[in-house]
Order: sequence, then C-alpha cells, then structure tokens
Amino acid sequence: MREYLENNYLNDKTTIRSWLVTYDHKRIGLMYLFAIMFFFAVGGILALMMRLELITPAGGDLLDKNTYNVFYTLHGAIMIFMFIIPSVPAAMGNIILPIMLGTKDVAFPKLNLASWYVYVVGSAIGIFSIVSGGVDTGWTFYTPYSSSTDTAVMSMTFAVFVLGFSSIFTGINFIVTIHKMRAPGLNWFSLPLFVWSLYATALIQILATPVIAVTMILLIMERTLQVGIFDPAMGGDPVLFQHFFWFYSHPAVYIMILPGMGIISELISTFSKKKIFGYTYIAASTMAIALFGFLVWGHHMFTSQSEFAALIFSVITYLTALPSGVKIFNWLATLYRARISFEAPMLYALNFLLLFAIGGLTGIFLGTLSVDVMLHDTYFVVAHFHYVMMGGTVIAFLGGLHYWWPKIFGRMYSEKWARISAIMIFFGFNLTFIPQFIMGSLGMPRRYWQYDGLKNTDVFHFYHQLSTIGSWFIALSFLIMLVYLIHSIKNGKVAGSNPWGALTLEWQTPSPAPAHNFLEEPKISHGPYDYDKIEIDRTIDK
Amino acid sequence: MFLNATEQTTWLPQQASTVASEVDSLFYFIYYWTIIFLAIVAFCVFYFSWKYRNRDNTKKLKSSSHNTILEVTWTFIPFVLVMIVFFWGAGTYMKMNVIPYGAMEINVTAQKWAWNFKYKEGFANPRDLVVPVNTPIKLVMQSQDVLHSFYVPEFRVKMDIIPNRYMMTWFEATKVGEYDLLCTEYCGASHSEMLGKVIVKSQEDYEDWVEKANVIDESIPLVEVGETAYKKHACNTCHSIDGSSMIGPSFKGIWNTMAEHVSTEDKLVDENYIRESILYPQKHIVKGYENGNMPSYKGLIKDREIEGVIEYIKSLK
Repeated sequence: MREYLENNYLNDKTTIRSWLVTYDHKRIGLMYLFAIMFFFAVGGILALMMRLELITPAGGDLLDKNTYNVFYTLHGAIMIFMFIIPSVPAAMGNIILPIMLGTKDVAFPKLNLASWYVYVVGSAIGIFSIVSGGVDTGWTFYTPYSSSTDTAVMSMTFAVFVLGFSSIFTGINFIVTIHKMRAPGLNWFSLPLFVWSLYATALIQILATPVIAVTMILLIMERTLQVGIFDPAMGGDPVLFQHFFWFYSHPAVYIMILPGMGIISELISTFSKKKIFGYTYIAASTMAIALFGFLVWGHHMFTSQSEFAALIFSVITYLTALPSGVKIFNWLATLYRARISFEAPMLYALNFLLLFAIGGLTGIFLGTLSVDVMLHDTYFVVAHFHYVMMGGTVIAFLGGLHYWWPKIFGRMYSEKWARISAIMIFFGFNLTFIPQFIMGSLGMPRRYWQYDGLKNTDVFHFYHQLSTIGSWFIALSFLIMLVYLIHSIKNGKVAGSNPWGALTLEWQTPSPAPAHNFLEEPKISHGPYDYDKIEIDRTIDK
Repeated sequence: MFLNATEQTTWLPQQASTVASEVDSLFYFIYYWTIIFLAIVAFCVFYFSWKYRNRDNTKKLKSSSHNTILEVTWTFIPFVLVMIVFFWGAGTYMKMNVIPYGAMEINVTAQKWAWNFKYKEGFANPRDLVVPVNTPIKLVMQSQDVLHSFYVPEFRVKMDIIPNRYMMTWFEATKVGEYDLLCTEYCGASHSEMLGKVIVKSQEDYEDWVEKANVIDESIPLVEVGETAYKKHACNTCHSIDGSSMIGPSFKGIWNTMAEHVSTEDKLVDENYIRESILYPQKHIVKGYENGNMPSYKGLIKDREIEGVIEYIKSLK
C-alpha cells in the first residue's frame, strides 16, 4: 500500500466550518497541534530574549527588569500550561490513540471538540493577560507576592483555571476510550505502551487538575474579595499556597513526562525491530509513577516546611525515581541484540535516553535534603527541569511528531535535514543547559535579571555566554525543522501506509487515514511488538 | 577538580562553614554515581547502536524480551544507593537545622529589596551581616512584605523567609572573609539586586567593630553618611539619583518642590517630609507611584542616617 489515500480525513470536507465543528479526533488533534506549536514558538522567542539579556552581567542590555520578570513568567506559564501539558496527550494522543485502539473515534467526540474550544478560550485569556501588561510572579504564582503585585495575575490565573478543564475533558475521554473502545481482541496486555502512558496520564489529569483549579479560584477570591487565605497580611498562610500549588504541579510534571515515555517505548521497539524488553515492567512502572507522583509535592519546599515533612517527602521522592530508572534500563535492554536503524524518530529516541538520564540523575541531587538546601532556587534546578521537560518531553514529542508525521499527512519529510536538525538540537541543548548546572551549584540564583557585583560574576558570565550561544543553536535547528516539515506537506515523497514497518494498528490503515480511520475492520493477529514473530515490509525505501 | 576541596572547584564554591564539607562529600558521592550511571547509559546507547545496527543481511538474533532477575537487580541496586543517599542527606540536613544551644542570635529583617541585621547590643546594621569566625550564629528572620530567602553559597545555607512568622537557621563560619548574601526567592522587580555581604571577622576585629558600630562617628560629613545610607539601606533599588523614574520617584531635584499626592494634600519636600517618608512611607503616596509599597524603616535606620539622607537629597540638584 505504497500510495497516498486520495479520500482522507484531511480533504473529507474542506470548508473552514467543517474543521471548526468537526468531531473527528484526528482533525481536533491537528488543530491542537497547530495551536501548541504556535505557543511553543512564542515561549521559545521569550526564552531567546532572556538568554540574550543574560549574555552580560549587567541588567538592562535588552530588557528592563520589569520586562525580564514578565518574560520569564510568561515563558514558564505558556510552555507549561499551553504547550507541554496538551502537547503529547491532546495533540499526538488525540490523533493516534483511537487508531491505535482500532476504533473510529474517542468515546465522546463532542467533549473532545469542547476541550479544544476550552483550550482556545483559556489561551485567549492568557493572551489577554499578556497584552494587558503581563504577569511577573513566576509561573508558580507564589503568594503573597501574587496577591500584592499589580500585574495581570487575575486573568493569568483564570486562564490556568480554564485550561485545566480542557485537560480534564481530554483525560475523561481517554480513560473511557481505552476502557470501552478497544478493537475486539485487543486486551489490556496487548495494548501499545503509548496507550498505557496516556491512561496513566489521564488518571492524573482527572484527579490532580481540580486542585489547581480550586487554588487559582482561592487566589482570585483573595485578590477580589480580600478573604485572607494565603496572604499573611490578611491572616492567611503563604505556605498553604505552596502545598496546594505543588499538589497539582508535581503530578503535573508526570502529565508532561509519562506520555513522552510512552512515545519512546514505541520508537525504540519499532526502530530496533525487536520486541520491547519488559513490557509488563514498563506498563507497571508507568502506573507506579502516576500513583507515587501524588505523594511527593513537598520536595519543592525543603527550605520552607517542617523538617519532619521534608524527611517524608524526600524518601518518597526516591521511591518515585526508581520506576523511571527501570524504564531506562528496559529501553537499553531492548537495544541489545536488536536490528537498529537510525531514522530521525530513532535519533530523537536515543537523544531522549541520554538527556532524560541526565535529567533523572540530577534529580537525585535535588531530592537529597542537605544537598537541595544548597541547590534550591539556583540554576541547577532550572537545568534539571529543562533536561526533564525539554530533553525528555519535548524531545519525545518531536520523536513522535516525526514518527507519526507520515501517518498524519501521508508524506515524508526530508530524512537528511531531519537527522541534521535532530543532532543539532542535541548539541545545542547540552551547550545551553550543562553550563546552567555548573553555575547553579556554584550559587547562581534563578530568576535573576542581573548578576553583576558578585564574587563569581566572571565565572557566571562565562557560563551564561555558553548558554546563550547554545540557545541560538536550538533556535536554528527548530527553524530548519519548520522549513522541511512545511515543505513536506505538499512536496514530500508519498509515505504509504507503513513507512517504518511497525506493528501497531495505526500502521495498518492507509496514510493519511480515512475519515473513519479504517477502510475495513482491523484484525488483531499479533501483539504490538512481536517483531520476533513477524516482519512487515516498509512502504518506503530505507 | 573533583576532590572535596575547601577552595572553589569547578562545581562548588569555597567551603566557609562547618557544614560545607559534609554537604560537599555527599554532593560528590552522588556526582560520581551519576557519572557511572551516565557512562553505562551512554555506553549502551552508542555500543549497541553500532554493534546491532541494521544491515541488509542482518539476521534476527535470539534474545529474550523479559528477565525477572535482571529487572529485580536493576531496581534493587539503585534502591540501595538512593537509600544510602537519603539517610546521609537526612543526617546532614538535621545538623543544618538543629540550632546549637547558646548560639549567638542576630535578628534578620528582609524586605523589598534590602537586608537589615539587628544585634543584641542594641544597634542595627543594614545590608552587611558582620559575624565573628568560629562562632555558631542563630538567625531569627522575618519578612516585612513577601517571601524572601537567605542564601550564602559558601556556607551552603539557605532558608526561606515567610512573612508573619519567624524563620530560623544557623551557621558557623570557619574562615575570615567576605561572602555574597543573595535573595533566592523571587520577590519582585529588583529581586536580583537584593544583595548583601556576610563579613566574617576574627573575634578581636569583631569586638572592635561592635564597639564602633555603637558609636556615631561625628567626623564623617552628613552628606557622606547620607550617601552611604542610600546604598546600604538599598534606597537605590527604587529611587534613582539621576532623575530616571524607577519603582519610586527619583531623588534628583525634589528638594523644596511640591510633592503631588494621590489622596492626601500636596506637600513641600522638606526635612519633616523626608523623615516622615522614611518612617511612615504609606502616609502620602506620590502620584504615579501607587504600587510602590515602600516598607517602613522605623527601627532600622539611625537618626543620624536620616539627617544624612536629608543632606544627600539636598545635594542632588
């Protein structure tokens, strides 16, 4: 089936209205994809400007201090709430999950469309708060600063509140879809691991997101009605806010990383042409992370809560780290005695293994009580977080994007440029963030607009310069990616139904998929990773 | 480079407190294990990628897809390691948090964007925390406004300061010298300028300093006292001296002009007005600076310093 399906979901109906009122999960996923990529670009440009400001120790080269504070807040808030959280589940998951399950759509297509509109409304409120002066609290909105600053905290927190509902809608939809809509013969332990990861993610989305919604409403109430909840000036407790905030936001980092891990399992098995090692352990560790993820929020507060609480949270943090380690070992074991090929998605998977390993291991430093006291709120934390979120989730997302691109658009991008860009991102990323580890442990605090007049100013200056140069490398590789991806939509080689010779169900239907996903009912004749039993020819040349 | 050295290394700042070397030993313990695990991961990625690369004639190699013993092993070994790290880290952490009996107490006031230190001898010192070497110091810290955090990299000490309660921490400096004091909890526009110094003196020098700190040196001209106070009390984070508008109005050329206020009557900028603005800043709010939220300096600033600031403002024409 090396052909382009002429009558597919993309051209099924072509009016703008047909997109805006579509119930087709693939179209909704695609609309999500464009929206999140837009916000990724916005957040990225903000980051580039901040890096440029930090190239000299003195403040004010490019941005004044208020602008800088607004920029780093928006960079965080946009990247977290408008890009990473919906990136893999709502965009990739929406497009792929139902096809992977061999079904026509998600369980509640209308709710699915509603979630996109709620996301758009939430993002619009977010944009409103940007144009009405921005927010300067940091994406964490810590009180009492956030209850006293005169910037647009209200609209930004309301945006987060609204965006939460879109996340909950997606979560509900995925859980019901996975429980009820699997193709006949597709039992729980023959599900692709990407599905497992989306399932665990959906559980967290449903259980944790309401907490941030309530917290944001309490913050808004405090600002409007002057009810003392978090602001000590009104008799409130600022540490309570930190508890509430992290009770959502720590599980939320698993909303961000788990689906990425799911993608990596798919990529590694497909491009190694070998059955994934330790399927049940990976699936179980996914669920374990989702569960333990709820119990570690206090490790963000080692310098503000009681010693006893800190001890408890530290030990649970380590227990949560172990399942992630188990996954890495399982992926490495999958590579052993495999038949590995190095198309762009696989390069991203290998990128992920190295970068996520660094992100995970540096987390051990931060989970250690006495060492965290030194590293807390320094660039070490910034670097660790970016290794997990960008080196982890974003790299996995890009891997998934390149992997499923031929399924989504029916055409191939330039393999050569995709490889070049993947390798450039790897080097640019390390150049940007390794210096941040070093200056962080040397005592460079985060959220500093200037770092002049310190004992270590010269040392910090050197590392900041490296970091800024690295950020241009990343930007350049994304520009290259943008060009070859857009070029491929019209001009790419026809991909055919199964360009990678993969075994999961989404590759059994033509590309791009027909409006109802399958031309005939999919047959489950093998497991998702049974490369040891059967071999399927690729529909493109290697 | 990776040894637990007292001087600054590639990774860690100088060790200048009693807990520093203990924290650093654990840092390096984790660091080496990180390198080992990273080497394993990198080796597997690169070696397997090369060794098992797909060639046209590659045959399927026999290899199992699960192995319980292996799974248990690579869960158990990291488990043991993280438990070692946990207990070690918890032990040091408790040491860092249990304040030794009889430690010398100093009260710390943090506010946007200044540090102030009150000594039991009955005087306050802005910006710089001066302490004797080899003496446990207990800090009783409070914030006047939002969250701040007390951080001295060389001491490996950090503690958040939460308004409306006292936050305690302690350290014992082991080396005479000057160390950066940084605020590490974001506290608004001039967060990155909320800097101070910890000055560690020998016991003798410290006693000399206390003696002098209590006495007002009348020989320094008032305008110089004012200029020093302007910087030490961090007035400069909000008020410029070149006419540019910051968080608060500039000091340049305001002497003897009318200050326009939001809801109170306009007032002439004279001695009493400046004194009142330092001690009761919320009484009159200058138009255009409604959100400045200046904290009171009552009890933190000496009378002579107020007189100095008045002279200093007079001199800024």
